Formats: sequence, C-alpha cells, structure tokens
Amino acid sequence: MAKRRMMRGSIALAEGAITAGCRYYFGYPITPQNEISEHLSSRLPEVGGVFLQAESEIASINMMLGAAAAGARAMTSSSGPGISLMQEGLSYMAGSELPGLVVNITRLGPGLGGIAACQGDYWQATRGGGHGDYRLIVLAPNSVQEMHDLAIRALHLADQYRNPAMILADAILGQMMEPVNLEPPLVEIPPKPWALTGARGRKAQLIKSLYLADGEMEKHNWKMYAKYQRLQEAEVMVEEDLEEQMDLLLVSFGSCSRMVNSAVALARSRGYRVGHIRPITLFPFPSREIREASRRVGKVLTVEMNTGQMWEDVRLAVHPGTLCRLLARPGGAIPAPKEIFEEIEKFVRAGDHFAENIC
Amino acid sequence: MQYYDLIFSGFGGQGILLAGEVLAHAAMLEAKQVTWMPAYGVEMRGGAANCTVVISSERIGSPFAEEPCCVFSMSKPSLFKYQGRIKKGGLLLINTSFVDPALITRDDLESICIPASEIAYQEVGEHKMANMVMLGTLVRASAVVSLGKVEEAMEEIFSGSKQKALPQMLRALRCGYAWQG
Amino acid sequence: MQKIFARPATLLDTGFHFCPGCHHGIVHRLLCEMLDHYGLRERAVGVPGVGCGVFLYDYIDIDVCEAPHGRATAVATGIKRVQPDHFVFTYQGDGDLGAIGTAEVIHAANRGENFTVIFVNNAVYGMTGGQMAPTTLLGQCTTTSPAGRDSRNDGYPLHLAELLAPLEGVAFAARVSLHTPAHVKKARRALQRAFETQLEKRGFSFLEFISACPTNWRLTPYQSVEHIEKNMLRAFPLGTYKDTGAPASAAAPEEEDTANAVL
Repeated sequence: MAKRRMMRGSIALAEGAITAGCRYYFGYPITPQNEISEHLSSRLPEVGGVFLQAESEIASINMMLGAAAAGARAMTSSSGPGISLMQEGLSYMAGSELPGLVVNITRLGPGLGGIAACQGDYWQATRGGGHGDYRLIVLAPNSVQEMHDLAIRALHLADQYRNPAMILADAILGQMMEPVNLEPPLVEIPPKPWALTGARGRKAQLIKSLYLADGEMEKHNWKMYAKYQRLQEAEVMVEEDLEEQMDLLLVSFGSCSRMVNSAVALARSRGYRVGHIRPITLFPFPSREIREASRRVGKVLTVEMNTGQMWEDVRLAVHPGTLCRLLARPGGAIPAPKEIFEEIEKFVRAGDHFAENIC
Repeated sequence: MQYYDLIFSGFGGQGILLAGEVLAHAAMLEAKQVTWMPAYGVEMRGGAANCTVVISSERIGSPFAEEPCCVFSMSKPSLFKYQGRIKKGGLLLINTSFVDPALITRDDLESICIPASEIAYQEVGEHKMANMVMLGTLVRASAVVSLGKVEEAMEEIFSGSKQKALPQMLRALRCGYAWQG
Repeated sequence: MQKIFARPATLLDTGFHFCPGCHHGIVHRLLCEMLDHYGLRERAVGVPGVGCGVFLYDYIDIDVCEAPHGRATAVATGIKRVQPDHFVFTYQGDGDLGAIGTAEVIHAANRGENFTVIFVNNAVYGMTGGQMAPTTLLGQCTTTSPAGRDSRNDGYPLHLAELLAPLEGVAFAARVSLHTPAHVKKARRALQRAFETQLEKRGFSFLEFISACPTNWRLTPYQSVEHIEKNMLRAFPLGTYKDTGAPASAAAPEEEDTANAVL
C-alpha cells in the first residue's frame, strides 16, 4: 500500500489536479476555498505551470477558456457568488466544447449568504447554470481521498468529452484532514487536434459558439445532447451500500452522505434494514441505480443540506409508486446522524401517509 | 471496534489545531481511520479555536462529535461550551493555567486538571508548549494511540525547516505523558 | 507586368459583410499585411470580441477563438500564458472593450500581458443596431440617446488610449484614424509598432482605430469621413501616447494630427 499522508481536502484536490497534468490555474479569492489557490500559487511554478490571480471570477473563467482553447489542462476554483459570475464563461465553454475544471467549495446562499457548509448549489451545478441547453459534468466527493481522486477524474472526463467539469464540494470537505493515498502519476492527456496552436501545416482552426445559419444551432445542440447521453451511459459513478432485504433506502451526496453513513450504521446496529445510495456523479445522475434499488424497497428517504434540490432528481428516478420523503437542512445546518436515524425509524414504522410524495 | 472522538478547544495561538493534528497523524500511522475537522470562519470569531478528531478502526461517517469521548480544553469559554456534551464516563482535560477546575460541573467524567503552561515553562522553558504537555497527558489517559506513534507523528510534522522546535516539543509531550498530578 | 498591389496571403478571398463605408475592412487588411510581413500565420491566434468584428475568422486565415462579450483580453491572457511565443491579439469594439470589458482590459494591460489589443472605436454599438456606446460623442444621436448624448445623464466619451497609456504594464498605446489614405498609412506604421512591441516581448500593446459606422451614424460614407475629421478627432486626439521602444522624443502625441483634427 502506498504511504498515506494526512492532508486537507483543498490541498488534496490541488495536488490531484497537478497529478492530472493541470498546469494552469486562474482564480479570484473567496472564502472558503482560498487554500486551493494559496497552495497552487507556490506549487504550480514548481512544476513549470502558471498561477494567475485574476481581477474577477469573470476574468478567471475566461482565462481558463483561453488556456483550454490553446490545448492546456486548466482549472479555476471559487465558491457560490464567484461561481455565479462564472456562468457566462461556462456556457461559452460548453457551447465551444472546451474542457476545464471548475471547483465549487460552496457557501450558503442566495446572495452573500455565509461560509458554512451547504449543498444549495446543486441545481446551479447540475442544470448547466448558465444560458442555453447544456450540462456540466459534476462530481461530488465525500472524503479527502475523493477530493484528490475526483479532481483527476474530472480533468480526464472534461478532456474526453470536451466539456467543462465541476467538483461540487463544501467547507467540510475543503477544511477537513484525512489520510490520503496519493496515486503514482498516471496521466494520459488525449491529443487535442482542435486546439488553437497556430495554423502550422494545417488549415486555420476556429473555436466558437456562435451559430447563426438556419438549423446550425439545433444541429449543434443535438450533437451536445448525444454527448450527454454517452456520459449517462458510460460515466455514472455511484456508491451503493445495499442489503438483500431493505425497509428503507437513503439517498445523499457529498459531505452530507458522511452523516448518513453514520446514521445507517446506527440504524443497522438497532436492527433496521437500510440501504444507502450515494451519487458520486451528480451529472450524469445514477437514475438507473436508484430506480432498481427503489423497486426492491418501496421507501426512499433523501437527505440534503438544502431545501430539497437533488430530491427532484431522486423522484424522477424512483420506481413508480415509491414512497418518498425528504430530510432537508439548508442554510449551514448539518443534519446530525441521530436526527437522520430518528427520521429513518419514523419512516420505516409509518404507513404510507408519512410519505411526502408518492412517485 | 474502536471509535474515539475528541474535541480540542481553546483560543487561537494556543496550538489547539496542532495538538489535534498530531494526534490524528499518529492515528494514521497506526493504520487507523481518522478525520480532523477544524472550526473555521464565523466560529473563529472572538479568537476561539477548536477542532474535532475522530479515530476509528472502521470507515468514519460524520467527522463531527455530538457526544465526544474526550474534550481537551484550554479556555474558559470552551469548557462552558463543551463540557455538557461529553459522553458519560468520558474524559475531560483542562489546563488549569487558564481554566479554574472549580468550573467543572460534571461529576460523571474522568476529569484531569493539569497546570500545563507551568509545566511547559518549568520543564521546557516555553509556556506555549502547554498544548504538547496536555497532549501527552491525553495520550496516557485515553490510550487511544501509543506514545511512540505520537512521537513519530511529531517527527513527520516537524521536519525540514520546522525541525528546530522538535526536541522541545517532544520533551513537553513526554512531560505531559509522565505527569501524575 | 509588375504586380504592385495584391491581397495579403492571410486575407481570405471572400467578400466582407461590412456595410459600405465601414472601416473594419481596412483594419482587417492592415492586420493581414502585418501578419504576412512578420510571417506569423502559423503562430498567430486572434481573439475577436462580440460585435461587428466577431466574424474575423471568416476573413483572416489564422487560428481564432471567439470570446464572450468583453472578455477577449481575459481569453487572450489564457492563450498567451499557455503559448508565450505565439502572436496573440484581440479585436474589440467600443462596447466590447470600453463598456462591458473595461475591467478585463485594464487588468490585462496592468499585468503587462504581452499581446496586442486592436480597438475599433466607431462611437456606437454597430451590431446591435446603433445604441449609445461609452465613446459616443456628446450630442451624438443614437437609438438610446435620441436627443443626443447628454453628459448630465450619460457621462462623457471614454478615452481608452489615454486611460491605458499610464499603466506600467503598457508598452505601447496609440490612436490612429482611417479616414484618409494618409491616415491609413500612419495607422499601418502604428500597427507595425504594436506588432514589434509584442514580438520584442515588451508588454501590452494597444492600438485604437477611429473608424466610421455610416449605417448607424445615419450618414453617407463621405459624410462619415467628414464627421471623423470635424468631430471625432476633436474628441479623440490622434497620436502615440506611449511607446517604450521608441526614442524619448517620438513618444509624445503627434502634434500635427491633433492640429489637423481641429481644422
């Protein structure tokens, strides 16, 4: 086994990006993600890369767009308000089919909100976020190890599918230290014949998202849609902790799933038969896995640190007739394992009327 | 199965986060699962500092401690904040150089009152090493990790440019470990 | 027979979409002449902003990256940081650079990003149909200043070349015009200085072209030339505001141009 190192989530993520061959970082300070930029400001020059503190998140994302257009692996990181400013650039990157990694260490919202951990940016992340018909590839780690591993994965997926990818995490994951196995570098950056490297020995190339001719944009939208379908087929990542016989299925993601893990262990120790599905990719969403498991169990409890955003995807995914319930804690509240356990107990024992929604 | 969670608390500058980190690092060296979760941001206002360490033989869920097995307190506000939450029969360590033992209201705990700053000043010549004295006492009283692994953890954390402080830190740790009250 | 005038190799053999009397075509041609002159086709990347200049890629045979409105200098920063030896330029209008992209251009200039900004100032939003721009003259009627630009409500024309020149990262900043053959020649020389600035890695280079938009000015091409001579140059004095590569005496604004403008 490789030697484990005690690391903060933010640092593990930054090191993962370097391992993946990312050499360009553009960002603007915002709490609670500054550890990422601070770390990369010294590390990137060491590995021959460029760290640039931009004048705004709008500039950061567009610098990343330029670096990606030139064929580089590039990234930025921010938090809610900054990610909102990046939506324009993300839409252009998706439309221009440019890869790149955006890290959102979320804050509370809307508005200036606060800096505690929260999952209120789920919709913004998984619905595209900017204008137009597109998706981001969204990965949601739940440990420091995954902060590292999924940063590498996100950069690979972004290049492979020529689409921006996002790591959706929060201050719990960014600030926490856990032991990490740092994988030996195994980096394959796919060739990028489309990159703007100068028209040497080839025709001039163009990266654009403007389509004015009749029917051109529809064709482009369908092409992108087909790409998102391929992602749905091939790239779903999910952690399933299921039992043969189950009274209840829980669904949660990110830091919140850690509290659910504790609640599941507690429930099992008290004799409850519960399963837990944790989407690791939020887009593509593990709809098939949730449908299959819900068909066997009939009751699904979604736990989130928002007012119920992923719950919509869960309800779209479940087997018809499934009883659904939501335990939601927005605004920086963290559902305690005990609180989740009590909800499990009630839902398992209760009749159908306890469900908030029958799908 | 081992599951041990601790809250380290006090003021900024007392080395609270570092004491937690050394313990967490030692647990990692014992091939255990471990999380170290600092309080940050708004919770930090007013100079408070605290972190939660969870050590387990199994995969860890929540990195927080609602009913910690142990609280390590170096300030009055932190004692007020956390002593009520300690698990029955749990461990409470206070630095009497900062906190009056009379403020302990729980009688269902193992309470250890150690003049850690005085010991650090007398034995190492540096009252700021009280955190390591406290940690030494904590390691002996809880037996959650071995002293050897804590020393190894400190050697790893204080390597390179930080190596200068290491001998003093180790001495403070051992003084705390040997302290008999 | 000797050929004395030909299409530059990088200028694609296709008609411009620009309106009659528009000066974008001249700027495109000058750019291509210069790309050819320095043999840059194989290592040039152009970044057009959003506006009438966005179709740069239809006319110039080099790699091109579209940028969101106002963000061309940020995009160019990314491209240039990855490929520092490539020749990178942005091509932006007054709305793109002078309004929505002001923050990006000021900071790219201040960082001394080693690329070239081609700024086409025709004092109006062309592509969206003639709205007031940050460079619109006082009293000028546009679709959003129908009674003429009024400083009490709309502020004053923004002088980008003068604004950027004092920044320490800026190595070259100048304003030229295209309304007479003589001015086109001067503009070509200034463009060459801007190219040299980047090729010599001296920092940020900025060249503002005063140009005509007859369609949105509601003037004929000839009247537009007169408007530039009489009004535009009065508000926007021509000259080199900074050239760190030039002998000290040449760095001062060209007096004669300014004088001409007042005539």
